[in-house]
Amino acid sequence: MPLLPDSLPDAEAQCRQLADLIRPQLHRQPALIGIFSGGAWIAERLRELLGLPEEIGLIDVSFYRDDFAAKGLHPQVKPTIIPFDVEGRHLILVDDVLYTGRTTRAALNELFDYGRPASVSMAVLADRGGRELPIAPTYCVWNVALGAGQSLVLGKRDDGQLLWRLENA
Amino acid sequence: MHNPQLNSNGELTHLLSIEGLPRSILTQILDTAASFMEVSARDVKKVPLLRGKSVFNLFFENSTRTRTTFEIAAKRLSADVINLDINKSSASKGETLLDTIDNLVAMHANLFVVRHASSGAPFLIAEHLQRIGRDDVHVVNAGDGRHAHPTQGLLDMYTIRHYKKDFTQLRVAIVGDILHSRVARSDIHALTTLGVPEVRAIGPETLLPKHLDKLGVHVFHDMEEGLKDCDVIIMLRLQNERMTGALLPSAGEYFRHYGLTPQKLALARPDAIVMHPGPMNRGVEIHSAVADGPQAVILPQVTFGIAVRMAVMSIVAGN
Amino acid sequence: MNIVIENGRIIDPKNSVDRNTSLFITNGRIAALGEAPAGFAADQRIDAAGCVVCPGFIDLGARLNSIEAELAAAVAGGVTSVVVPPDADPPLDEPELADRLVHRAKEIARARVLPLGALTLGLKGERLAELAGLKKAGCVAFSQANVPVVDTEALLRAMEYAATFGFAVWLQPQDHWLSRNGIAHEGEVASRLGLAGIPVAAETVAIGTILQLVRDTGCRVHLTRISSAAGLAMLQRAKHDGLPVTCDIGVHHLLLTDNDIGYFNPHARFSPPLRTERDRQALSTAVAAGLAAICSDHTPVGADEKLLPFGEAKVGATGLEVLLPLTLKWAEAAGVALPVALARITSAPAEVLGLHSGQLAPGAAADVCVFDPEAHWQLTPESLMSRGKNSPWLGYIMNGQVKTTLVDGRIVYQAS
Repeated sequence: MPLLPDSLPDAEAQCRQLADLIRPQLHRQPALIGIFSGGAWIAERLRELLGLPEEIGLIDVSFYRDDFAAKGLHPQVKPTIIPFDVEGRHLILVDDVLYTGRTTRAALNELFDYGRPASVSMAVLADRGGRELPIAPTYCVWNVALGAGQSLVLGKRDDGQLLWRLENA
Repeated sequence: MHNPQLNSNGELTHLLSIEGLPRSILTQILDTAASFMEVSARDVKKVPLLRGKSVFNLFFENSTRTRTTFEIAAKRLSADVINLDINKSSASKGETLLDTIDNLVAMHANLFVVRHASSGAPFLIAEHLQRIGRDDVHVVNAGDGRHAHPTQGLLDMYTIRHYKKDFTQLRVAIVGDILHSRVARSDIHALTTLGVPEVRAIGPETLLPKHLDKLGVHVFHDMEEGLKDCDVIIMLRLQNERMTGALLPSAGEYFRHYGLTPQKLALARPDAIVMHPGPMNRGVEIHSAVADGPQAVILPQVTFGIAVRMAVMSIVAGN
Repeated sequence: MNIVIENGRIIDPKNSVDRNTSLFITNGRIAALGEAPAGFAADQRIDAAGCVVCPGFIDLGARLNSIEAELAAAVAGGVTSVVVPPDADPPLDEPELADRLVHRAKEIARARVLPLGALTLGLKGERLAELAGLKKAGCVAFSQANVPVVDTEALLRAMEYAATFGFAVWLQPQDHWLSRNGIAHEGEVASRLGLAGIPVAAETVAIGTILQLVRDTGCRVHLTRISSAAGLAMLQRAKHDGLPVTCDIGVHHLLLTDNDIGYFNPHARFSPPLRTERDRQALSTAVAAGLAAICSDHTPVGADEKLLPFGEAKVGATGLEVLLPLTLKWAEAAGVALPVALARITSAPAEVLGLHSGQLAPGAAADVCVFDPEAHWQLTPESLMSRGKNSPWLGYIMNGQVKTTLVDGRIVYQAS
């Protein structure tokens, strides 16, 4: 896994690359579901870039996390809104960073309480390794290794542009 | 004095009373409830948050309605629910309240929903749990005497926020037997904490507690005066027992002066909402035309109540 | 037996004594202060260095549920005479019950027991008890404890009858109707906490009725456990008018208010209820001015009956062993000198009872308390000899500790 480059990549360019990877699958009429909050921004960007007519779904996994007993309920829960019928659809779960895989597991459990999709793919901008569950991204544009205590955070500027920043614990 | 509802990190670990809770916690509960409204709109109305946990409904005072909403809320959180009607069981054989709690804790209860006729009972339980070192067992007050009914207060606030959005611009009137009402006390604390600038209490002298002004409430004995330009009207239930004990002469006289009729409702803002904690006494505190009319939001209150109770239980159980 | 208590600060409020000197006791009575009487040879010397030596305290109200434990608690608290309300089970309304109580107390031989006889049978407020018979059996006065007499005609007749014999009647002024549903002072705190209120009117209406009946019958009345500023104002006027009335105030009411209910603490449930800070200050001023005596209103209550929701908890707190430290605490906060404070639990109660005790004059019975005003101890269930561990002060540090107590010149308590 390559180390972090000195300057962080352009997140908007990465979104365009991600859209290019997904474009061949458009004939399946996939529905995009973004995981709050970074995944939601990326899903919105993908929708524009792919020209999809449908509203994107927004998913908050707080009620399905596996660390409730240790950490309690997240102080800022947002409502999950899936404005289409999940039954029989090809879904694309969108997130900013794939790490342990636990968030993805929670999102899958939540989605399946809405109905039975035909398939679920995963699209992420960054895969930082460190998986604790057998989960792999379907579409990913950046593999990167981070140091101990470091985390990658996607932010949104006032003008709406997405950009990465690095945070140290 | 240390607030027994908050743990050492200032997080909510019991819900006993709205009094003493900061605005941020009330807002957190309302925001979380909004997410649970989405869950209740799905086909699969369950989330796994409290899976494997046992919620005990301890009702020392009968109330099928409130108990049922708590049961539904707990089950939607995937908890196991056990209902205890204490009238029929050991308390009437002389077992003290705290002995009952100890027994249930030994049966691995995680959360108690408690309704009791004596003000302060849930505090006694919370204090006892702390004394025996069980900070993993939580208490939610479903109504204690005339002191507090915090989940009702919260669902009333959720209702107001849903229809009116901004608390800081509202005039809210609470009408009826506030002296004996735990709902009124919880509503008053919640309204003032959330920044409602004008909270009014309307009722006859015999049904209003002394020193209400110290709680930040403007007192009216004339309902028509009190309802002028109100945005929200919360009607309280008048209980039959109030007619004995020289508090009131009759339901008829009460209705004439303090019942909400369409004519009196017209004195409030045209888009004012009418609320009631239920069950309603039609023709005593509220005219059927109003109860069934377009401004009444009494049934939505019930739906909101389930989401609010889900929010409260998930928040305390996680802290 | 000759005993000398030396090196202590002797305070005898009744006789205005306050100096470091020695106290001489012979055959159960005070023999002299200062100089040993001629031919006095001490059989026992008690070193009271650093301590106050004063008359044993006279407590105008203490319930003795399990008599041995409570009388042991009394002397551990420096209390040498205890006035017992008649509301034990069964109520003390028959001479034989009084006989038995007095006899048992003598057997136990710790504090003196001064029983109050029931004014009415069963304390029901209807039929008179045999007052003369009870007096003969040892009752010092007649009382309804904290059970109001509802029938004012019955009260009038009872007071007339008592006046015939010159008996004193002790009443807690609380109107039955205005207090029957209440559990806390009717004020801001009760409104906020949703507790049914007992208005001040419950006390003042009753005082008004009782004072009028005193005027009409000439009966001597002692009003117990006054709780309000308004009530005190009425009593002050009555005394000024020369009515034969006295009163006492519970030591907890001198220090606590309805704010101390906090989060529904059942240890703060009293009868009469704790009232506001304004009332508390009026009570404090009245006691400082000598208008009222202080009593403990000792009421032992088991955890089963106290650790309940506020409205269900039994009223009252343990008092015998905290009477001294709480009186000292009050005196310090109120700026009252030690001899004045001690007067309120020695000579003032003696005056109410019409007794010659509560003083260290030569010839008086040697009921003496030796205490260290600087010693402090923590109030815990283990620190109390009383069966009543119920107190709003649990966990607090108490200032003032009894070292030795004597009754009739015998040591009945010695701190270890």
